[in-house]
Amino acid sequence: MSHPFRLADPRRARQLADAIHLLAPREPVKLVHVCGTHEIAITRHGLRRLLPETVRVLEGPGCPVCVTPAADIETAIRIAERGAVVCSFGDMLRVPGYGRSLDSARAAGCDIRTVLSADEAVQIAKATRREVVFFAVGFETTAPMTAAVALERAPANLSILLAHKQIPPAMAALLDLPGTGIGGFLAPGHVSTIIGAAGYEESMAHRRMPVVIGGFEPLDILYAVALLLRQIRDGRAIIENGYPRAVESAGNPTAQRLLAEVFEPAPAAWRGIGVLPASGVQFLAEFMQLDARRRFDVGELVESPEDHACRCPDVLTARAMPSDCPLFGTRCTPLSPVGPCMVGSEGACSIWFRYEGERAL
Amino acid sequence: MCLATPARVLSVSGQTAVVDYEGVQTTARLETLNEPVVPGDYVLVHAGFAIQRMSPEDGEVTLRLFDELAASVSQTREGDPSDGLAR
Repeated sequence: MSHPFRLADPRRARQLADAIHLLAPREPVKLVHVCGTHEIAITRHGLRRLLPETVRVLEGPGCPVCVTPAADIETAIRIAERGAVVCSFGDMLRVPGYGRSLDSARAAGCDIRTVLSADEAVQIAKATRREVVFFAVGFETTAPMTAAVALERAPANLSILLAHKQIPPAMAALLDLPGTGIGGFLAPGHVSTIIGAAGYEESMAHRRMPVVIGGFEPLDILYAVALLLRQIRDGRAIIENGYPRAVESAGNPTAQRLLAEVFEPAPAAWRGIGVLPASGVQFLAEFMQLDARRRFDVGELVESPEDHACRCPDVLTARAMPSDCPLFGTRCTPLSPVGPCMVGSEGACSIWFRYEGERAL
Repeated sequence: MCLATPARVLSVSGQTAVVDYEGVQTTARLETLNEPVVPGDYVLVHAGFAIQRMSPEDGEVTLRLFDELAASVSQTREGDPSDGLAR
């Protein structure tokens, strides 16, 4: 049986690319997406080759692993050094913290395990008497799973190191940074499945910024780019849903309720950007016993200085393409990464290195 | 990391479903889903949880949206000031 959502069709891709060329402004415009999955689709399918010269598409802070501060990674390592089992999504393992990673901590004898879901951490906790910590990274798409685990009767030896982030405040923050010059946002499809088009209203209010929610098939991305360019041509700035098969305007109320029952918004540090108000989550009082930071007091950690030549802060804020960095592909490669964007499989540098990025153009 | 994949529901038991990704079968938890599902439905699955029900017709509807946009833009080029879409 053919898959009903596999939307590969060269004829339609050509039609959408033609529409993009007709809609494109004469002046250069910079569109920014905030999703590693978008960057993989754009780069792997060579979609930038289909765009007019005036239209540039850059990745912003779209890789949850890349924006997780080194202090959070160091916290996870220190917890593991106290004998707890630390469960993490695999992407996180090689990201450098304070000169070391979860992977190097594992090599040094810590018990660090890779999981594919929060549920797996629960199963690991049920099978041992040792303390088990789930390192909870990810955006709004992933946070409801952590909430679901918190709401069930979690084993007493399970705690959660919260590092979830919320995307709309980061989008707003990019607009306030000098030198970003953003003409429109391609909003992440699966974050939007949870928060809906409505989830961007507060952050984008009074911003006069075109926003189009896009899916992940190549045609979805071309369609969303065309919708963005049409808004720009028509002088409009609305939140438009270009992925209605997976996104409802109000989002997923059940997942939103899970989030509201367990978390409240909190300031969060974003690697490359800094601390943004209400861009992370913390546990509500009745779930504090699950907070790994309380259970394992590892002390206050401050961000360590990054390598000055590394342009990850500019890549994460859509002010540079990976190829703008002098370290890209020379001193910084996936085998010996300098910055987080080369480590996370959704980091722009890692994706460009794997798929030849702009060099394929 | 926000990767989510459409999968077909094979069976449902309480808050867990067995789903099929083009031949690969696994389980998905349903607490994060906004509506009940039955075998034959499609769900978008992220990190072991279903986050959205989808119907097989949604793929066709999506292709129609693409075609409408492409047609309306090429009409505009030929001198029609309206792009033919409801605003």
